[in-house]
Amino acid sequence: MLGKLTLAAVPYQNPIIFGAIAFMVLVAVAVVGTITVLGKWKYLWTEWLTSVDHKKIGAMYIILAGVMLLRGFADAVMMRAQQALAYGSHQGYLPPEHFDQVFSAHGTIMIFFMAMPFMIGLMNCVLPLQIGARDVAFPFLNSLSLWLTVVGAMLVNLSLAVGNFARTGWLAYPPLSELHFSPGVGVDYYIWALQISGIGTTLTGVNFIATILRMRAPGMTLMRMPVFTWAALCTNILIVAAFPVLTVSLALLTLDRYLGMHFFTNSLGGDPMMYINLIWIWGHPEVYILILPAFGIFSEIIATFSGKRLFGYTSMVFATMAIALLSFLVWLHHFFTMGSGADVNAFFGITTMVIAVPTGVKIFNWLFTMYRGRVRFDTPVLWTIGFMITFVIGGMSGVLMAVPPADFVLHNSLFLVAHFHNVIIGGVVFGAMAGLTYWFPKVFGFRLHEPLGKAAFWCWLVGFYVAFMPLYVLGLMGATRRMDHYDNPAWQPLFIVAAVGAAIIFCGIMLQLAQVVVSIAQRERARDLSGDPWSGRTLEWATSSPPPAYNFARIPVVRDRDAFWDMKQRGVDMKATVYRPIHMPRNTGTGFVMALLLGFTGFAMIWHIWWLAIAGFAAAMVALVRHAFDDDRDYYVEAEEVRRTEIHRGRAQLRSV
Amino acid sequence: MAIGITSAHGGALAFKPGYADNAADALRDLRPGSETTDFELEHHHDAAGTAQLGFWVYLMSDCLLFAGLFATYSVLHARTAGGPAPQGLFNLPYVLTETAFLLVSSFTCGLATLAMGRRSRGATLGWLAVTFLLGLTFVGMEVHEFAHMVADGAGPDRSAFLSSFFTLVATHGLHVTCGLIWMGIMMVLVVKKGFTPSTESRLACLSLFWHFLDIIWVGVFSLVYLFGVS
Amino acid sequence: MKLEDTAIQAQGCARPPQVAESRAKTTLFARDGAEPGRSPDPARLTRLLPLPAALLLSGCQWALLDPKGPVGLQERSIIITSTVLMLLVVVPVIALILFFAWRYRASNEKADYQPDWAHSNRIEAVVWLIPCVIVAALGVIAWRSSHALDPYRPLASNVKPIRIDAVALDWKWLFIYPDQKVATVNQVAFPANVPVEFHITSATVMNAFFIPQLGSQIYAMAGMQTQLHLLATEPGTYQGLSSNYSGDGFSGMTFKALALPQQGFDGWLAKVRASQQTLDMNAYEQLAKASEDNPVAYYSRVQPNLFGDIVAGGRADMSAMRSK
Repeated sequence: MLGKLTLAAVPYQNPIIFGAIAFMVLVAVAVVGTITVLGKWKYLWTEWLTSVDHKKIGAMYIILAGVMLLRGFADAVMMRAQQALAYGSHQGYLPPEHFDQVFSAHGTIMIFFMAMPFMIGLMNCVLPLQIGARDVAFPFLNSLSLWLTVVGAMLVNLSLAVGNFARTGWLAYPPLSELHFSPGVGVDYYIWALQISGIGTTLTGVNFIATILRMRAPGMTLMRMPVFTWAALCTNILIVAAFPVLTVSLALLTLDRYLGMHFFTNSLGGDPMMYINLIWIWGHPEVYILILPAFGIFSEIIATFSGKRLFGYTSMVFATMAIALLSFLVWLHHFFTMGSGADVNAFFGITTMVIAVPTGVKIFNWLFTMYRGRVRFDTPVLWTIGFMITFVIGGMSGVLMAVPPADFVLHNSLFLVAHFHNVIIGGVVFGAMAGLTYWFPKVFGFRLHEPLGKAAFWCWLVGFYVAFMPLYVLGLMGATRRMDHYDNPAWQPLFIVAAVGAAIIFCGIMLQLAQVVVSIAQRERARDLSGDPWSGRTLEWATSSPPPAYNFARIPVVRDRDAFWDMKQRGVDMKATVYRPIHMPRNTGTGFVMALLLGFTGFAMIWHIWWLAIAGFAAAMVALVRHAFDDDRDYYVEAEEVRRTEIHRGRAQLRSV
Repeated sequence: MAIGITSAHGGALAFKPGYADNAADALRDLRPGSETTDFELEHHHDAAGTAQLGFWVYLMSDCLLFAGLFATYSVLHARTAGGPAPQGLFNLPYVLTETAFLLVSSFTCGLATLAMGRRSRGATLGWLAVTFLLGLTFVGMEVHEFAHMVADGAGPDRSAFLSSFFTLVATHGLHVTCGLIWMGIMMVLVVKKGFTPSTESRLACLSLFWHFLDIIWVGVFSLVYLFGVS
Repeated sequence: MKLEDTAIQAQGCARPPQVAESRAKTTLFARDGAEPGRSPDPARLTRLLPLPAALLLSGCQWALLDPKGPVGLQERSIIITSTVLMLLVVVPVIALILFFAWRYRASNEKADYQPDWAHSNRIEAVVWLIPCVIVAALGVIAWRSSHALDPYRPLASNVKPIRIDAVALDWKWLFIYPDQKVATVNQVAFPANVPVEFHITSATVMNAFFIPQLGSQIYAMAGMQTQLHLLATEPGTYQGLSSNYSGDGFSGMTFKALALPQQGFDGWLAKVRASQQTLDMNAYEQLAKASEDNPVAYYSRVQPNLFGDIVAGGRADMSAMRSK
């Protein structure tokens, strides 16, 4: 009746895990309680859970990313603490069975449920505004994508309380991830969380490509698009091209585990090396999916805050496309040591280095954007400059490891761990924070508290270096990754320094949380009344903060790059005088409901509760079909209401036409 | 995925170039500086064209999914682990018949699309029904082939070759099955609502899907069955 | 006095005292569910006091930068050369970033302000060219060194190599000497200045064979054998490990690689041959069962072609290896 699920699945004997579960439950109760006390359930449902508005969906993605950042960071703190303590005969406080879940969960959460949602959330919030559109091409699919991602994240969190998580690392290499060596539910949680959220991500890719190609404002040719839009286009093409390969890899592993097939088993012809190839054919484009939007964000910020056009727009566009294309030609550098032979290794090493060329070009272009500009050091710029320096170092360690014999001694060492955190934190996380501080006023209508933001930045920057430079050294000392204890006492001081670095980053995160709270409390003081708090250059700043649901009362005609800057230079009067009815999509609960049902399906598949899996999936399909038959899916905002909204926002000419 | 779109006015089915480029041309002759050139004049929203572009992009992602399965089959097809090999397993005349059913169904799907262009409800439903039956026969024959193989001890758990064979062919079969379900729903929609822009757009996407699966099958037939027995 | 201690003294740099290897825990693969948590010992928290910086900076500890064999030496020179080449660009770039940010700060009215200047063919040419040149140089290094340092490539030497077969088990290393017909667990010895030809496999999940101070690592995979050629130019005891995570006992999967002078090696071999234990298929299957932190073990006789059988067996169903 309940498959493999029994009460024994709840780890109530383990104090650390139980503490974590208790904390999660407390937070959930607090949230539910607050909503109940404030009587906001109906508001939550009608305004947020059923919303198809890209701005709200984007905000919810970012909230998910923030929550999962805390969860993934908690894993990081646990690892740093364990490794700072556990040398020689000291075992630390985390037994291996637990430590192995912690590092697997840390990687899985940070990539799939922190970095991806953060970037997708920023693209959601900003992209339609930047291209002068009213929403994305497929608003319902957008909502579905969001809730599928949330459900995936919730499954990972649930694994803490019911059963356990994978003990395989974040990519779950076979044969370790096969049923034979991982008979528990951990790998199944991993598989279903990623498959469910992966569908959401692929749909996002389809959605944004269609949006960018079909829904730009009149006059916005491709070469007049903002660089962030270009970055988003290339990112979403990568998503559509790469995620199907992840789907296949996980599906084949699932078939091995559930139906006894032999894709990656050691016996009856299976080949684990096939999984490694497939997963990295997805895996390398994935990291470019994460970094390209960050590059776009930095381009926007550096141009805006230098009061200057971005240097080398055309080469930026081509560099972005080159990076996207090349990202599919480098995957083998993740396993030079698997023994592919010198020719193959050298080929992939060279392609990996070639990708550094367009990346380097971008750094120079940002540099020359600052040159002869007037650089204002608001928080977004601090993140940008911090990124430029940090990412260059991370890129350097990457190109170093692209030389196969160098990788022969550095592969899987803490040097590798330092490298990818260098580029992911220095690149993706700094980019997400920069984008957050830059676009927060647009989405929420008030600025974030600057001093707290700057303090948070410095904690992150210093904390990152203190946490990860020791890992470069440890890698050169011969320390490998994923160890829960080690024999060499000379390594311990370095692990302690790394733990201190984590503590500094923790301060940074706390400061950011404080920043949000304080900013909300002081929001009236920091209201953005003009819609353009930073002297922006692109169209998202041409509407009010926050924008009305329909984004623009009238879509502007674009005549140049930096469309809004151009409009300001030409003295175009932004205020609307003529109003027309605006066609908008209606909210729907189908995305939320479908995702929830698929979540039950995933849970049921994990625990082998077959009747529930079938029922859940069937119900989700029924919901989808019902939605297909629903004709009442859009409405018109009457011209009079548009006029009233614009007046309320101070953006209408008060004399009548 | 076409069933996710909002309804719209403007029912053109053909794939139109981006509106933005058209507008740039159209506005070139207007006087600069006048208010009418700074904001959009009229809002044309070709939702059907956008839906079809979106569906094409989804089909490309599906193509890559099959590419992954083809690659896996290519790598593992010789790993028979001492078990049944293609030569002994594949019945080419049977598979050829199967293929014929699918290819003809693609043709009848095209006829249904033409009937839709003529706004002929009866003909559309008729040809869709024929397509459905042909597709159903294809799936039925495939299930029969699988059942036979499993009963003979050549199931997907016997070897890596068989795992990759079953998965590649069955994934295609599952896609066809989803297409059949979709077709059934579309027939109901046509009966209930007639030829609305939304229905037409969705039928166009369905026929794209159906033809796409045809092409994938040609690949499967060639790589798996023809190469397998040679 | 144990042979390892002799080896320790023979080394140039001081090594910390080896941790006792006597704790062999035969823990079986854990089930789902609870594992009793370990509470932190307050006394151990005093260990958080940092050790002297001298230990941190002691060059001897940086295994990759203090290699003891030709493979490691060549790899080190690649690391250093590549880093220097890239620093030629990276250092000026970082300097420029800081300089431009400072000079063109908004409060500096004296600096030129050209808000519409956004293109320069000369600058474009330079910023595309410089990375291309560096990458071309690194590409040549990559091509040449990938071939020269291919793990499968025998090392240039007029001494006949010694062949050692390595098997990754859960969670220890088994070394089989096919020519000497002995075997060891978690300790491998070979004469210094003699090329060693490792053939590596796994009887379980993917692992990786790595002796950081001697050079390259390579994956150990079931049903296949990989090859690695190494050589130690100096007698010494070198740390060995698996560098690919393979499960709960992974951290304990370390071994010692003893490079000994020829006489010392003969003495070691005699010691191994004096062991009472022998390794036939039965003993091997016992050994292959999951265990952690195995002590060093010696086998005076090995079943012929055991390694070949293990590789072949890697393709078969291995339901006996890890308990459920």
